[in-house]
Amino acid sequence: MARKAVAKTAQSNVPELTKEQELTAYREMLLIRRFEEKAGQMYGMGLIGGFCHLYIGQEAVVTGVTMASNKGKDAQITGYRDHGHMLVMGLDPKGVMAELTGRQGGLSKGKGGSMHMFSNEHRFYGGNGIVGAQVSLGTGLAFASKYRDDGTVSISYFGDGAANQGQVYESFNMAKLWNLPAVYIVENNRYGMGTSVERASGQPNFSKRGISFGIEGEQVDGMDIRMVYDAAKRAIDHARSGKGPYILEMLTYRYRGHSMSDPAKYRTKDEVSTMRAEHDPIEQVKSRILEKRYGTEDSLKEIETEIRAIVTEAADFATSDPEPAASELWTDIYAPA
Amino acid sequence: MPTILMPALSPTMEEGKLSKWLVKEGDTVKPGDVLAEIETDKATMEVESVDSGKVVKILIPEGTEGVKVNEPIAQVQGEGETLEAPPVAKTAPEPIEAPVVVAEKVAEAAPAQAAAPAAPSFVAAADPDLPAGVEMVEMTVRQALNEAMAEEMRRDPDIFLMGEEVAEYQGAYKISQGLLQEFGPKRVVDTPITEHGFAGLAVGAAFAGLRPIVEFMTWNFAMQAIDQIINSAAKQLYMSGGQVSAPIVFRGPNGAAARVAAQHSQDYSAWYSHIPGLYVVAPFSAADAKGLLKAAIRSNTPVAFLENEILYGSTGLVPKVDDYVLPIGKARIARQGKDVTIVSFSMGMRYATQATEKLVAAGLDVELIDLRTLRPMDTKTVIESVKKTGRLVTVEEGWPQGGIGAELAAVVTSEAFDYLDAPPTRVTGKDVPMPYAANLEKLALPSVDEVIAAVNAVTYRS
Ligand SMILES: Cc1ncc(C[n+]2csc(CCOP(=O)(O)OP(=O)(O)O)c2C)c(N)n1
Ligand SMILES: [Mg+2]
Repeated sequence: MARKAVAKTAQSNVPELTKEQELTAYREMLLIRRFEEKAGQMYGMGLIGGFCHLYIGQEAVVTGVTMASNKGKDAQITGYRDHGHMLVMGLDPKGVMAELTGRQGGLSKGKGGSMHMFSNEHRFYGGNGIVGAQVSLGTGLAFASKYRDDGTVSISYFGDGAANQGQVYESFNMAKLWNLPAVYIVENNRYGMGTSVERASGQPNFSKRGISFGIEGEQVDGMDIRMVYDAAKRAIDHARSGKGPYILEMLTYRYRGHSMSDPAKYRTKDEVSTMRAEHDPIEQVKSRILEKRYGTEDSLKEIETEIRAIVTEAADFATSDPEPAASELWTDIYAPA
Repeated sequence: MPTILMPALSPTMEEGKLSKWLVKEGDTVKPGDVLAEIETDKATMEVESVDSGKVVKILIPEGTEGVKVNEPIAQVQGEGETLEAPPVAKTAPEPIEAPVVVAEKVAEAAPAQAAAPAAPSFVAAADPDLPAGVEMVEMTVRQALNEAMAEEMRRDPDIFLMGEEVAEYQGAYKISQGLLQEFGPKRVVDTPITEHGFAGLAVGAAFAGLRPIVEFMTWNFAMQAIDQIINSAAKQLYMSGGQVSAPIVFRGPNGAAARVAAQHSQDYSAWYSHIPGLYVVAPFSAADAKGLLKAAIRSNTPVAFLENEILYGSTGLVPKVDDYVLPIGKARIARQGKDVTIVSFSMGMRYATQATEKLVAAGLDVELIDLRTLRPMDTKTVIESVKKTGRLVTVEEGWPQGGIGAELAAVVTSEAFDYLDAPPTRVTGKDVPMPYAANLEKLALPSVDEVIAAVNAVTYRS
């Protein structure tokens, strides 16, 4: 039922991406993948502490949506599974990685960690640790867009688990009531920690969650960046043109555990390997690039090499950069007058 | 004969304007007819008749300002009433004077505000005597909590456990390990991530007589639900005049874990200890975790049971008796001494215990008190101790302002002032959100060295 869209995308009228878009998508998603793999490794080495929620498997969602947005102008906000969002939004991988290791060069000076990174400049508002909170906050960003009438929209990402928080629906109501340019992206990766969607949701089709508020929604194959991009364009255009909020349920999958420690007893190894083998978002783009001769094995390897260099540089920086000065304990608590 | 009085529009209204009469003398009125309009600076209101009869006299003309509440404004002659009355009413000056007198009388008669009666003091039972030679079993705090729930659930079928990942996943921190297997999905319930909703639902179930244990994955997420905890659970008995109670336990890890930053590392001890109607328990040892969780589950008063993730794996000896239930509201003197009193609870006890060991080794006779319960707080034990030692150091992970240490300092300052040889001194978490960086996190938390320094300061040693 809710899974249909993931089943083989042999649809005839699948929207196509241009050569540039395919190559950008490949590069952006590969950066997330390699960055996250590195982060996982560094966590294992004790360089990263606390929680660390990897985005591996879900890369097409934030990449496709961001490509469809006015990057740097439209506001974006998400929960704690946020590394990928920041990389795609153009934040410095060194700053992201150094935040993960809690160093002074981290995006939050080492004070926020994996779950709390922000950038005013890129209009990325976190990086939020409380499940569901980003939905109200994102709705507020949309309120500001409308208030200023500046033509921007706000994009809020939240999980299938978060979709059951009450404030999500309070936000939906206000967004529709005030016709806010809010795009809601439900990243349905099938589980909230160890609880499957079916065990947590009375209505497991999240694209329908806006119906009683009069908000349109669509279920999208979130593993296929073409579908993500296409749907996101529609949703963002809808919001930007003053028609109000829109919901996209992205059917996606996380390959890794919820955080770094995860008993993984709630799903089979087979389920994970099937998703990897048959629906991997990066492999899909890669095979299209080769098929359409947008690139060659060699040119893709070159990209891979570049990405690896970026990630290595970020990791080196994040291990050599010093911890924040002790005096930082007492800074940034109250805003300067 | 019914007299129409100037009504009050609000509890605070003292006078108003009679803006308009909609009836005139001689008109017949019935219940629900609008007689007049009155207004204040905030609102307007229509004055309706509750009687039927004839308006015989309008006592206050329309347009009159400053009409006192309860002043007669008109008289209505009821059907079948004799005509004797009207002449009285016609002597207009009299009724106009009357209300003034009434008003003054009311003012004079208002008795001086009675002093609130003293709060009753809470008397906690002593810890139960253990049978001689009782076997002590070493277990983790985690196991102790798990056993407490399992034992209570075996005893009373109305007890159920509810929360995120408590059933199939066996608990995010494995406190509910095995409970689903033993008690089944009816009594061990996985919830969606909807803290406000399931906390409220559980309180409602408690109103109906069930005895829910609500696990918050951590207390940080209970902030989503704090309204139901305080407004619905804690106040229910009082608001219902003693009729409806909410026998419920809210439990989960509280305070800082490791490296999880500001939104996931907060100590709610002081927050919940502020609330009348709630018991707040914060154990340190495995034995206390078990005995107090059992007591909390049996309590008819709602309980906020504050555990600590870092303590879950620490071990202690727990007496092997059939029913190990400890009194809520009773501190434990962990070490007797006469030189200085250190008071702490939960994770703070770890710093306090280590500091005590060092201080004792250095020749200081420390008295160490584990509060165990934060509300009702066993201030008696603390006061008695301070009367003996003359010095108080408190240790907690929470923020200083309005903290548990602040409360204890206030208590001993007012109750044992003459015995104090040094100002009560607090060791707390720093007054900052919890930073992520390892070095800053360490600085933000209290430390053994800070406890030792505080003790040295109040004992004037260097
Ligand atoms: C209010 C709140 N409750 C619980 C948690 C603990 N928690 C963190 S992530 C998570 C699961 C969320 O699942 P989902 O929304 O599907 O996002 P995903 O992790 O799959 O990306 C839970 C329960 C939290 N951080 N905040
Ligand atoms: Mg999920």
